[in-house]
Amino acid sequence: MAEKKGKYTTVSIPVTLYNRIKRLIEGTGFTSVSQYVTYVLREVVAEHEQASQEEPFTEEDKERIIEKLRKLGYI
Amino acid sequence: MVSRPHGGRLIYRVATGKRREALLEEAREVPRLDVGLERAIDLLDIAYGAFSPLEGFLVQEDYISVLEDMRLHDDTPWTIPIVLDVDPAEIADVSEGDDIALFYDGKPIALMRVEEIYGWDKKRHAQLVYKTVDVNHPGVAKTLARKELLIGGRIDLINEPPNPFEEVTLWPRETRVLFRERGWKTIAAFQTRNVPHRGHEFVQKAALTFTDGLLVHPLLGWKKKGDYKDEVIIEAYKALIANYFPKNVVVLAGLRMNMHYAGPREAVHHAIVRKNFGATHFIVGRDHAGVGDYYGPYEAWDLFNEFPDLGITPLFIREAFYCKKCGGMATEKTCPHPPEYRIKISGTRIREMLRRGEKPPEYMMRPEVAEVVLKYSNPFVE
Repeated sequence: MAEKKGKYTTVSIPVTLYNRIKRLIEGTGFTSVSQYVTYVLREVVAEHEQASQEEPFTEEDKERIIEKLRKLGYI
Repeated sequence: MVSRPHGGRLIYRVATGKRREALLEEAREVPRLDVGLERAIDLLDIAYGAFSPLEGFLVQEDYISVLEDMRLHDDTPWTIPIVLDVDPAEIADVSEGDDIALFYDGKPIALMRVEEIYGWDKKRHAQLVYKTVDVNHPGVAKTLARKELLIGGRIDLINEPPNPFEEVTLWPRETRVLFRERGWKTIAAFQTRNVPHRGHEFVQKAALTFTDGLLVHPLLGWKKKGDYKDEVIIEAYKALIANYFPKNVVVLAGLRMNMHYAGPREAVHHAIVRKNFGATHFIVGRDHAGVGDYYGPYEAWDLFNEFPDLGITPLFIREAFYCKKCGGMATEKTCPHPPEYRIKISGTRIREMLRRGEKPPEYMMRPEVAEVVLKYSNPFVE
């Protein structure tokens, strides 16, 4: 699917789920179902992204860094 | 496990070896733009990954998104716009797509690919970032004094501005390796631009009770008049850590980063930056990154609720006070005694005492810390 342009787009969810969320957010700080869904999705997506972590440096970099940390007295 | 870099990738745009030599050569041939120390410090933060996932100064799409929605265009949380301002005359011969050399103090420090040149509304910028256009706010005053155009694009660092604190400066790759070497899986970061008083020590130790280590991370860079000088902050922390913390639970590292005094937005920014250094938790105190009465004392805490995807856990720790009845430091949550027993640890009052050459009482500031500050004839920024 092509990327959507603009600030917002539409995603379909079952009406039953929509109503359930609407009831759930009553009296909370969430002002709309969209706001709640955005919040929850961001939380879930971030968790998935977190799981795919890789070391941001090579073994060679690491050795060099350890040497510097030793010189500075950190280890 | 230490935090994943913000946006998924730790940026490293420091040119070395042959590539650096080639870029230095190029810097002599392309148009030159002189920048001040603050932009030079931004360049360091970008190049060494403190501002990951930024690879350069913001292009317009990201700038507007950060300003309006506190997120980069790809939805990554980002609250403080990192921008390079220029006068039209300075870039009269520069077009989008050109490379330029950024000079600091007569020396080329970075190559920049100019992806975009665009205008900005400084008042709107101030209103959204600082929530005020009052020129008495130091961040607003600085914004309004900036130049008329912004240029966005990737950078490569080729030289560094002089660093008077080299022996205590660590960058994200280094702290990440250090935390692994120490076997720390959870790290609380503490942002500061002050010398430590007992209230600071209390919140740091509160965080340390459930994390493996503490990163004390003072900002080294532009600060407003009356703030403590960088060297005073570093020396004062060394004294505190040596005398009042167990060995190997604290890392003291200076962070070369500019202060904006943008309150809630900057509190989130500070958390993002510490995530890039590998911290898993970030201590958010009272009136974090605030100035004067522009922000509510705990306003920053509310803003964190808008970022379920921040990837670093904020630790909201209330202001600590000394309770005469408890016989120690306490907070609203831990002390049942009425106000007459409580002594507020006021940073302003401590500064006044130190300015007069007086040592604050021990319940306010550790004597070893006060002695360090009093060694300086003027410990404050003029």
